[in-house]
Amino acid sequence: MNKQDTLSKLQEIVQDITGDDETKLTLNTVAEDVDNWDSINHIKIILAVESEFDVSFEADEVGSIKGVRSLVDLIAAKL
Amino acid sequence: MLTDFAWLPPCPADFHDRVKALPLAEGASGAELHALATAQLSRGQANRLARALGRCRSAGIPLGMAGFRLGIASNATMDMVTDLIPAAALRQRVAVEILTAPFGQVMQEAFDPSSQLNRAGCDAILLALDHRAFRLTGPRFEDAAEFVEQQADELAATVRAFRSGSSAAVILQTLAQPPEPLFGSYDARAEGSLRWLVARMNEAVLRIAAAEGAYLLDVAAIAEQVGTQVWFDAAAWHAYKMPFRGSCGPIYAEWLGRLLGAIRGTARKCLVLDLDNTCWGGVIGDDGLEGIHIGQGHPLGEAHLAVQQMALDLRERGIILAVASKNDDAVARLPFSGHDDMLLREDHIAVFQANWTDKPANLEAIACTLNIGLDALVMLDDNPAERGQIRAELPQVAVPELPADPAQFARIIAAAGYFEAAAFSQDDRIRAKSYAAEAQRADVRATARNLEDYLQSLGMIIGACPFDARNRTRITQLINKTNQFNLTTQRYSEAQVEAAERDPAAVTLQVRLRDRFGDMGIIGIVIARHAGDAVDVDTWLMSCRVLGRKVEEAMLARLGDSARALGAKRITARYLPTAKNGMVREMFDRLGFALTGEDAGGVRSYAAAIDALPATVLPMQFETMETAEW
Repeated sequence: MNKQDTLSKLQEIVQDITGDDETKLTLNTVAEDVDNWDSINHIKIILAVESEFDVSFEADEVGSIKGVRSLVDLIAAKL
Repeated sequence: MLTDFAWLPPCPADFHDRVKALPLAEGASGAELHALATAQLSRGQANRLARALGRCRSAGIPLGMAGFRLGIASNATMDMVTDLIPAAALRQRVAVEILTAPFGQVMQEAFDPSSQLNRAGCDAILLALDHRAFRLTGPRFEDAAEFVEQQADELAATVRAFRSGSSAAVILQTLAQPPEPLFGSYDARAEGSLRWLVARMNEAVLRIAAAEGAYLLDVAAIAEQVGTQVWFDAAAWHAYKMPFRGSCGPIYAEWLGRLLGAIRGTARKCLVLDLDNTCWGGVIGDDGLEGIHIGQGHPLGEAHLAVQQMALDLRERGIILAVASKNDDAVARLPFSGHDDMLLREDHIAVFQANWTDKPANLEAIACTLNIGLDALVMLDDNPAERGQIRAELPQVAVPELPADPAQFARIIAAAGYFEAAAFSQDDRIRAKSYAAEAQRADVRATARNLEDYLQSLGMIIGACPFDARNRTRITQLINKTNQFNLTTQRYSEAQVEAAERDPAAVTLQVRLRDRFGDMGIIGIVIARHAGDAVDVDTWLMSCRVLGRKVEEAMLARLGDSARALGAKRITARYLPTAKNGMVREMFDRLGFALTGEDAGGVRSYAAAIDALPATVLPMQFETMETAEW
């Protein structure tokens, strides 16, 4: 899966969890930019990513996620 | 695997748009919420559905389903589960609203009469407590029994505090066993080992639930089924104080949803069984008593025996059993009275519907006879096309997806959890038996159904071509084993079938059907003989699986083409009655043939002019092939 597809799928997940269908993600987006991407929804987003992409993150990997770019890179590394 | 609820159908492609459209016009939103919940949902989709429920609630839309205000008090972070509970509860036709107490404030919420949970008018408060809440985090070899008793006393007091402070019911959880033995096998015997302590605490939870009239969510059982090494996620606890692995959220929510349904009375009451390839291996109408597989000593027979045993066990606890089968009634009852290895007997079945009418009509008749709603029924059917039709026509009936292997049927029905209970009494136990043991046959109301739409939705593709060497064995097999949908019951050896392949005066057809559920292989056979200006049908047989799909019309169209190509103007045919083929006595009449005579033995003769045959628009695509490529 290329990074563009990953980004699209991730955008859908973020929209599903935050409830904002207008949210558009770019590689430069960070959580603070997005309404409702708070700490609790962050964990739900990570869980949804693990399930949808069928990957598994270590605790320290999750901690290293600063924004969309690091998340997309992490997913790509696992696939 | 953990989110893979295999008994649920896949999520519909238009899920996103349908959820967005909610709330709908009054009355329809509840049914739509339930329909959308009855599918395999991702976490994101479950969240969307929960928000749609919230929108309906805010708009004051009547949903026609039971409401439930659930308070949750936990020693752990429950946010990664609470977003999944509304969809799970909607599956049970319960509209749940959740209030979560602040983290780690269980005692405060319980003992302060003005706490959020106590003032909220909850229907029930879930005490989502794990072993850590009871300080059972390591061995206590000094005062093991006393310590457990202290924790139990505190729990009982907390339950009583919530009961008096809120008037809500209480839901208690059993504790999952942490998988870190200090010895190994000896942990179970060592008084004061963590394993010993958790086991004693679970006994106390059951006692307190009984004494205080609390409900029980058996988390220990859920964790056992999933595997405690999967259930417990140390990193998730350390980082977020999650009580169990995030990916176990769905199964926890599912069990909780079922409990809420049981409390509200929405759990199912009746298991309706298909017969062929569900209760036994094979087709009774074609294979006969000697040919069906049921009984000990061979894997397929044992697999179906397990399905029957599960049905009987459910009946033992009060679930009603019924039958809905596409068969002649007398033929369908044969194994029940005539086969030694059957566990199910006619008097176990409250309503016995075996006929050639569609299953939705029969399910309506069953519900009507038993005086229960369609939403109390579960239909067990190995045939995906039947399952699809029932789900489309009667969305209130629970129709689990089944895997191809019958050995998995009993497990998947249990896993689907249709029959959860919040109480169990003598009356419940005897309910199934109190239905008269006469295996009643209910009248089926013929309802005009939108059959055309359903047939189109199957996406059928039909292919027909003459007999060939590659399929000769299979063709011969069908010619010799098909009894019911067989117009003339002519039996031929493989050598004779080969002769027909080569005979220039023979018109042969092997007909194959596939639909969106899969490839059914060869489902129809015609042998006709060309003489003069007529083609005479010697053999016409079909698989009962393709009844009601207009396959007969398609086969006639193909036969007509072949006959025309030979220069024939007429088709003649016959029906030769046997003990088993009564259902096709008037097939040629229905296809537009003229009855030219009927003799004393019941043999009916027919003729039709090829160009006068009715041309119908058929709900299938044709594959044109010169020789079978399959």
